Amino acid sequence: MKLRYEVSGEDMSLAGKASGEVKRALGRLGVNPAAIKRTAVCMYEAEMNMVIHGGGGVAEAELSPDRVVVTMRDSGPGIPDLELAMQEGYSTAPEWIREMGFGAGMGLPNMKRNSDELRIDSAPGKGTTVTIMVKFDSSEGTGA
Amino acid sequence: MNGASFHSVTLDPTKCKACTTCIRFCPTEAIRVRKGRAHIADERCVDCGECIRVCPNNAKKAVSDPLSALEPFAVRVALPAPTLYGQFDERFSIDRILCGLLELGFTDVFEVAEAAELVSDAAAAWLARTGDGGPWLSSACPAVVKLLQVRFPSLLDRLVPIMSPMEAAARLVKERLYPGRDDVGVFFISPCAGKVTVSRYPQGLSDSSVDGVIAIKDVYLPLRAALPGVTERPLHRASARGVAWAHIDGESDALAVPRAISVSGIADVIGVFEALENGKMKDVAFIEALACPAGCVGGPLTVENPYIARARIRSMEHRATVALEPRFRAGELDLRLEREVSARAGLALAPDMLKAMLLLEETELIAESLPGLDCGSCGAPSCRAFAEDVAKGDAVITDCVFKLRENLRKLGEELIGMEGPQPEPGRGR
Repeated sequence: MKLRYEVSGEDMSLAGKASGEVKRALGRLGVNPAAIKRTAVCMYEAEMNMVIHGGGGVAEAELSPDRVVVTMRDSGPGIPDLELAMQEGYSTAPEWIREMGFGAGMGLPNMKRNSDELRIDSAPGKGTTVTIMVKFDSSEGTGA
Repeated sequence: MNGASFHSVTLDPTKCKACTTCIRFCPTEAIRVRKGRAHIADERCVDCGECIRVCPNNAKKAVSDPLSALEPFAVRVALPAPTLYGQFDERFSIDRILCGLLELGFTDVFEVAEAAELVSDAAAAWLARTGDGGPWLSSACPAVVKLLQVRFPSLLDRLVPIMSPMEAAARLVKERLYPGRDDVGVFFISPCAGKVTVSRYPQGLSDSSVDGVIAIKDVYLPLRAALPGVTERPLHRASARGVAWAHIDGESDALAVPRAISVSGIADVIGVFEALENGKMKDVAFIEALACPAGCVGGPLTVENPYIARARIRSMEHRATVALEPRFRAGELDLRLEREVSARAGLALAPDMLKAMLLLEETELIAESLPGLDCGSCGAPSCRAFAEDVAKGDAVITDCVFKLRENLRKLGEELIGMEGPQPEPGRGR
């Protein structure tokens, strides 16, 4: 099944709503807590990027019994050098974002670490699509 | 997996008017109003007491033990929570309050604040040893621990595995002050409904050493009556550091961990846990989270306004003069939890994921057709929660007044359509 959310690029206080909804849905499915947390971390980071850099967009979560695939699509400026963006500590975030505790250049590396598969399609002027896949591996335990 | 279903927080059906006030305030959406009264889902209830606070008809209550529960024991030890000290005005010192408890049938008192100091030391030592920068979560508040079990299971492995001051106090009494005796009854004087539940079904321990939990509001009147007449003698041993556990910031200050944050009130606690689950707060080492407003002073079993009680307790901390030497030193007793606190599957739509997915899909469809006003008339806290109930078969769609009206209108239109134009004479039969 597919869940779909509009992510506003105008209101920072609403950033995190879509990932919150997906987190709730995964909880209702009884997905193991460790996988829920990994999904939440990835999607939250991606949602923040979408609001801060991408001007908002659309978030979709495709749920299956063994995995979730989250697609976050924006029509922002795109990422000129993806390899550079994947490096820890590299950031283009403006100062006010850093003051809020974001933009430390850990977002993409953190998403890579927490997902089972991460794909970023981006080109300058063409927007960015981030695809995150997280498997619900029951051997991860309950997180307890 | 969900353990026993005993809960301190319960409903008095004779007082419930099915007003639906409580359903909105429940942090785990555990309450539904059906067939003229509220129902609390045991597997979801975290004993936070929010519904007790907001019920306009006093139909929500916390079951606790009466003073008569002392009777079977020869030695009857009161374990007053430090919150008790803030229930009375400045005329009554801590020594006087402790002496007053001895007038109510107790033979001894042991301040939970005294144990809180040892718990602070044990927790601080444990945090220093782990080497993991955190964030670690306090395990002192039973409602918060249960909230983690039900709503944030991925954070359970962040709990500091040290027992609560109540449990530590009970063990000190039984193992150090009265060792080897079986006629000792230990009674927590509680601001908290959750403590009643965990004294029967403890979190992270195989057994509780507490024999009963008596509500502060139940001892208030007899204690208030006794206070002016008691002969005051020095009994108070806890320092300001332990007493401060009664309110928010007290535990963090006692642990003296750098980079600690403290949060009180269940809604704000949830906000912090959501952020934590999203991977924020990497620079926080310790989180003191208390379900009640302003901390334990805001507990549902208290009498005094939480902010007044906190102000009184803080002024006691500033004036603190303790005549007696501490009896126990850090490391006196092993205060570690004995087992992991495990997740409770209260929120999943079905035990089987495929089935849960079908129900979730149906929930989404139903939710789209609802007005989204979260009016509560159906007895569920939100349209989405109602959609889940309908998908699970716990409610029918026409429990929604808007859907009912829609259906009635359709039915009316159908009836009119059926009447139709009168057939002309001679045509048809």
